[in-house]
Amino acid sequence: MNSMDLTAVGLGRKIKAKEISVEQAVKDALEQIRQSEEVYNCYVTVDEEGALAQAKKVQGLIGDGTLTGPLAGVPVAIKDNMCTRGLRTTCSSKILDNFIPTYTAQAVENLEAAGAVILGKTNMDEFAMGSTTETSAYGPTKNPRNPQHVPGGSSGGSCAAVAAKECSYALGSDTGGSIRQPSSFCGVTGIKPTYGTVSRYGLIAYGSSLDQIGPVAKDVTDCATILEVISSYDKKDSTSVERKDCKFTEALVDDVKGMRIGIPKDYFGEGLDREVKEAVLAAAKVLEAKGAVVEEFDLSLVDYAIPAYYTIASAEASSNLSRFDGVKYGYRAKEYEGLHSMYKKSRSEGFGPEVKRRIMLGSFVLSSGYYDAYYLKALRTKALIKKAFDKAFEKYDVILGPAAPTTAPKLGESLSDPLKMYLGDIYTISVNLAGLPGMTVPCGTDSKGLPIGLQLIGDCFREHNIIRAGYAYECSREAK
Amino acid sequence: MAKQYETVIGLEVHVELATKTKIFCGCSTEFGGAPNTHTCPVCTGMPGSLPVLNKQVVEYAMAVGLATNCGINQYCKFDRKNYFYPDNPQNYQISQLYLPICHDGFVEIETAAGRKQVGIHEIHMEEDAGKLIHDEWEDCSLVDYNRSGVPLIEIVSEPDMRSAEEVIAYLDKLRLIIQYLGASDCKLQEGSMRADVNLSVREVGAPEFGTRTEMKNLNSFKAIARAIEGERERQIELIEEGKAVIQETRRWDDNKEYSYAMRSKEDAQDYRYFPDPDLVPVVISDEWLEEIRQKQPELRTEKLERYKKEFEIPEYDAGIITGTKKMADIFEETTAICGKPKKVSNWLMGETLRLLSEANKTPEDIKFSPKNLAKLINLVESGTINNSVAKDVFEKVFAEDIAPDKYVEEKGLKTVNDEGALRAKIQEIVAANPQSVEDYHNGKEKAIGFLVGQTMKAMQGKANPGMVNKILKEIL
Amino acid sequence: MANIISDETIEYVGILAKLELSEEEKEQAKKDMGSMLDYIDQLNELDTMGVEPMSHIFPVNNVFREDVVTNGDDRDEILANAPAKKDGAFKVPKTVE
Ligand SMILES: [Mg+2]
Ligand SMILES: [Zn+2]
Repeated sequence: MNSMDLTAVGLGRKIKAKEISVEQAVKDALEQIRQSEEVYNCYVTVDEEGALAQAKKVQGLIGDGTLTGPLAGVPVAIKDNMCTRGLRTTCSSKILDNFIPTYTAQAVENLEAAGAVILGKTNMDEFAMGSTTETSAYGPTKNPRNPQHVPGGSSGGSCAAVAAKECSYALGSDTGGSIRQPSSFCGVTGIKPTYGTVSRYGLIAYGSSLDQIGPVAKDVTDCATILEVISSYDKKDSTSVERKDCKFTEALVDDVKGMRIGIPKDYFGEGLDREVKEAVLAAAKVLEAKGAVVEEFDLSLVDYAIPAYYTIASAEASSNLSRFDGVKYGYRAKEYEGLHSMYKKSRSEGFGPEVKRRIMLGSFVLSSGYYDAYYLKALRTKALIKKAFDKAFEKYDVILGPAAPTTAPKLGESLSDPLKMYLGDIYTISVNLAGLPGMTVPCGTDSKGLPIGLQLIGDCFREHNIIRAGYAYECSREAK
Repeated sequence: MAKQYETVIGLEVHVELATKTKIFCGCSTEFGGAPNTHTCPVCTGMPGSLPVLNKQVVEYAMAVGLATNCGINQYCKFDRKNYFYPDNPQNYQISQLYLPICHDGFVEIETAAGRKQVGIHEIHMEEDAGKLIHDEWEDCSLVDYNRSGVPLIEIVSEPDMRSAEEVIAYLDKLRLIIQYLGASDCKLQEGSMRADVNLSVREVGAPEFGTRTEMKNLNSFKAIARAIEGERERQIELIEEGKAVIQETRRWDDNKEYSYAMRSKEDAQDYRYFPDPDLVPVVISDEWLEEIRQKQPELRTEKLERYKKEFEIPEYDAGIITGTKKMADIFEETTAICGKPKKVSNWLMGETLRLLSEANKTPEDIKFSPKNLAKLINLVESGTINNSVAKDVFEKVFAEDIAPDKYVEEKGLKTVNDEGALRAKIQEIVAANPQSVEDYHNGKEKAIGFLVGQTMKAMQGKANPGMVNKILKEIL
Repeated sequence: MANIISDETIEYVGILAKLELSEEEKEQAKKDMGSMLDYIDQLNELDTMGVEPMSHIFPVNNVFREDVVTNGDDRDEILANAPAKKDGAFKVPKTVE
């Protein structure tokens, strides 16, 4: 039996019971990587040597009773926008091709402290900008369910690696749906926690006010367990929130009796694929059958989430990415004349087209004369969206809808029309603007066999509700 | 008749705060150090690093705001100022634009023209940039981020000044206030206080301001005065020739006494300020504000008044002693030990200032301790040493901060109070100088001075001068 | 398209963003930016009068560090990724004329 067939928690249990060694688990993962990586391209960097060395170390610490947690010895893949000391971190960009961080992201440190073994760094849309993982400078990742299709993005490498069993679980990051949408496309489970729950220290910023790190795994139990480990109040991140309610595994209860579930009518209108719609509504029925109170409601404001999001995220990105200039680290152009030419050439050669597009847009909306009309307007819209969700959560414990309007598109279909690609984020983006937790749980496949994802959205700090709903749904799905 | 012009000046003063660490990371702010030895991922703009605000910076900024009669924005935020330059590792500076910590204050200055208030538009907190060193050999520049992230406050005045004299008075006033607060050492030469000058000219009586320019690179009071004069003349010349003054940033070259435009196509001067999403707002409660208010030390004006009243020090002396924080501190500490304020004041106003000016130093350079000055004063007051010996001893105290009591003991400098021995010595001297004795008896009072001098010389300066006079008169 | 992006605007944004675009890229950028701004203009349908712009989701305030030195000398690490360095400093094209 291959240990990569197990869930992360299942594998952790077997490692603890000495049925599988950490080294064996790592070797299984590496073997799977050897077999399928050529097709899927989930990783930018595989750290075979480091992983095997770490496996030995962790095995020792499990043996002497130092490491007792559920994830001890379980091999993980990390999205390549989280800094890992001594291990190349590229953000899937040419501009960071040779960047080796001197420190590790807090979320990854938390995992390491729990005995995780890092296999490598996963592919992504360059600087997390994209919804298909095709904007990577290291080639696109293919969807393991059907390699003709994209895995989604930007955490496409992490989601595909989980789906392809090239790791036991993975970390992704979610700025506008970057965990939930590729989880949906790849048929895996992923959570974007409440903003501030997982430290952003060491996460290379795209849109600082929206970015959150979260788990990608095989099921809800794994995700709750991983999230519990990576969550921490971090004094190095001023936007980190001190929470006392991070025992997410306590919410793994198969009981949704009386749970109030709201379905936004606006999520089921024009643009939604029929098969996706049916699968998601069927999932709602399952929860209803288990005792949840399901009703439709109006959330029309979400139409404005995409324009507000692209304004805010691009503005922040234009500033966040200005540090990549060929001075301190990363790519520097070979030929230039003087300082400004060095800046321009390094950046123009180092960044790909989608990143440049967003930097240009972000610079424009912040520039003199446009700040109020664009940037402040977007921040006001964000306030209204947050208010609309606050109102909804007075009535509902969970909001249920699709994670994406379609299943995974074919490779190359999306990039030609950026605006159309942006529209694909319609169901996920408002969650980031309002700082809410959201989760994708697989809820079937379409006629082509491509996975469909159910999105569960909770109020801020109410991960328990979505984990409980997701777990209950999963229990029925498994039973079927 | 030639037109009369008025110069209108506003200042942006950057002051480096006296914190131990940088504004957003735990790196030391210590001056000097080999390049990049006081750096970390935060202050070098490494990807993924995040800033965390140093509380002391907020408290210093509040203190300066209160001392300059500002209103405090009890809800303030940090913004990013975006521009590319290698000394700026993130290519944005974290500063405050929309909600700076202090607003609408003033300080009072006094010049030959009288007293006036200079308005303070705002004070904001921000981070300093790194240092660029030009490498002559390779024709490149080298970047040192030791200064990157050192906390600054920027004090932005209203365009209320009309002359270089007023500008200097304003800067001096700010320097004193901030030094008294302990918020900065405000050394212009070392760059811990820097001023950019915004200047325009207009015809006397004109209702509107003229177009202003901003001058940078002013690192001494003299350079500031020269720059103001130079730029005023340049602008008047343009106006008289019917040309327009262009609103721009100019760099003052103190050697050539001329300012040069810092124009470049690549500097768009469009900073795209927006709230820094990595930092949360600073909310200043009434209690916190009150706590800072309570902790405010006595400032110069109050101190000066108190010295005059409490210690009966003349206005002029009190002005000089309170003219630097260092001098005032020494005065108060020494007085607290020896309880003789006037004597302390005399030593500071006399010997201390003399020795400082001889060495071309300022009161900030004083090395001696209040303890040793107090000891010296007590030695004189108790008659253990006389004044002339005391002056010699003080030079030692001034230079090396020696303990005067031990020194006097070791060198045998105590005043001789043994009347018998003194009388014998004086009799010898009287006998050896019959001419002086005769002069004295002939009414030449001065002659006695000569005899006193001879006695002191014979006693190696250690005789009690009162006693010498008394014995001499008796013998004569 | 309501938003027509001029050559000057693209040039100017290129200076702000320190990006140098080829002629082809410029044409594409003009089109992309124009259509994105048209799309963003939808926000004007929304009445936001009196709505405070929301930067942070949560009212978290006053996150401070104490003024204590915590970092030592990590110069070698800080310089480890530098594309060019000299004498313990980052080397850049000369900055003064
Ligand atoms: Mg400034
Ligand atoms: Zn630092």
